[in-house]
Amino acid sequence: MELIAAAALGKFIGAGLGGIGSGMAAIGVGNVAGNFLAGALRNPSAAAGQTATLFIGIAFAEALGIFSFLVALLLMFAV
Amino acid sequence: MTVATDQAAEASSKLSLHPMEQFTVRPLFGGTEIHWYTITNVTLWMAIAVVCTFLLLVYATRARALVPGRGQSIGEVVYGFVRNMVVDVAGEDALAFFPYILTLFMFVVFANSLSLIPMSFATTSHFAVTGVLAIAVFLTVTIVGFVRNGTSFLGLFWVTSAPFPLRPVLAIIELISYFVRPVSHSVRLAGNMMAGHAVMEVFAGFAIVLWISPLSIAAITAMYGLEIMVAVVQAYVFTILTCVYLKDALHPHH
Repeated sequence: MELIAAAALGKFIGAGLGGIGSGMAAIGVGNVAGNFLAGALRNPSAAAGQTATLFIGIAFAEALGIFSFLVALLLMFAV
Repeated sequence: MTVATDQAAEASSKLSLHPMEQFTVRPLFGGTEIHWYTITNVTLWMAIAVVCTFLLLVYATRARALVPGRGQSIGEVVYGFVRNMVVDVAGEDALAFFPYILTLFMFVVFANSLSLIPMSFATTSHFAVTGVLAIAVFLTVTIVGFVRNGTSFLGLFWVTSAPFPLRPVLAIIELISYFVRPVSHSVRLAGNMMAGHAVMEVFAGFAIVLWISPLSIAAITAMYGLEIMVAVVQAYVFTILTCVYLKDALHPHH
C-alpha cells in the first residue's frame, strides 16, 4: 500500500522535475533569439537572410525541452 | 451557510472543465468502439483541413490571370514563400520534393488554424497525427538519402572534420540524434498545440468565479492572439525542419 502511494508520489514529483527541463529550454531559446537580435542590430541588412537559421536554431534548442515535456507527459499519463 | 458553500462547490466542480478533456477522440455517429475506419472528430477535422487546402489552391489557380486577384495573390504568396524556403535551405535540386513540402505546410497550417475555431477539434495536438507526418518525412528522407548517395550517405554519421579519436563518439551521437528526429519533429508540433489549447481551457475554467472572470476573459483573448501566431510559426518550423532533413539527405557531406 505504502509502496503504491510512494510510486504515485514519485510520478508527480518526477513530472514536476520535468518542468525544470522545459525552463532550461526556455533559457536556450532566449539565448538564440537574443544573440540573433544583437547580431541583427549590428548588421540589419544581413538579418533578413538569416531568419531561417534563427528558426532552425530555436527548433533545435527547443527539442531537448520537448523531451523533458514528453517525459513529464509519460509519467503523468502512461506510467 | 455551509450548505450554500457546499452547493456552490458542487456546482463549480460540475461546471469546471478538465483541460485535457477537449482532446478526447469520439466517434461521430454513435457507438463507443473506434476502428481504423470509424469516422471520429479527428478524421472529420483532418478532412476539413484537406478540403480547405484543396479549395484554396483550386480557387487560387482557377483564373490564372496575369494580374492576380485576391485568391490568386494568396496562392502565389504561399507558393513563393514555401518555394523560397526549399531553395534557400535545401538547394535547387530539392525542388523535386517541393509538392510534398507545400502539401505538408498547407495541411499543418490549416489543421493548426482550424483548431482555433471555437468548438472545433485540435487534430495536430495528437501525437498520432503529427507522428505519422514526421515518420513519413523520416522515411522519405532516409530512402532518398540512400537512393541518391548509396552507402556514402552513412558519411553523415562519420564526421571527417573532427579529429580521428573523436569520430566514433561523434558517430554514436549523430546516430542517436538522427533516429530521435521523428520524435522531436512530431512532439514539437503536438506539444505546442496541446499546451496552447490546454492553457486556454485552464483560463476558461477560471471564468466560473465571478470576480476573476474579466481577467480570465482578457487572458483567453491574449492567449488566442498568441495561439494564432504559434499555429503559423509551428507550421513554418515543421516545414523548415523537413527542408533541413532533406538537405542532409541530398548533400550528406556538410
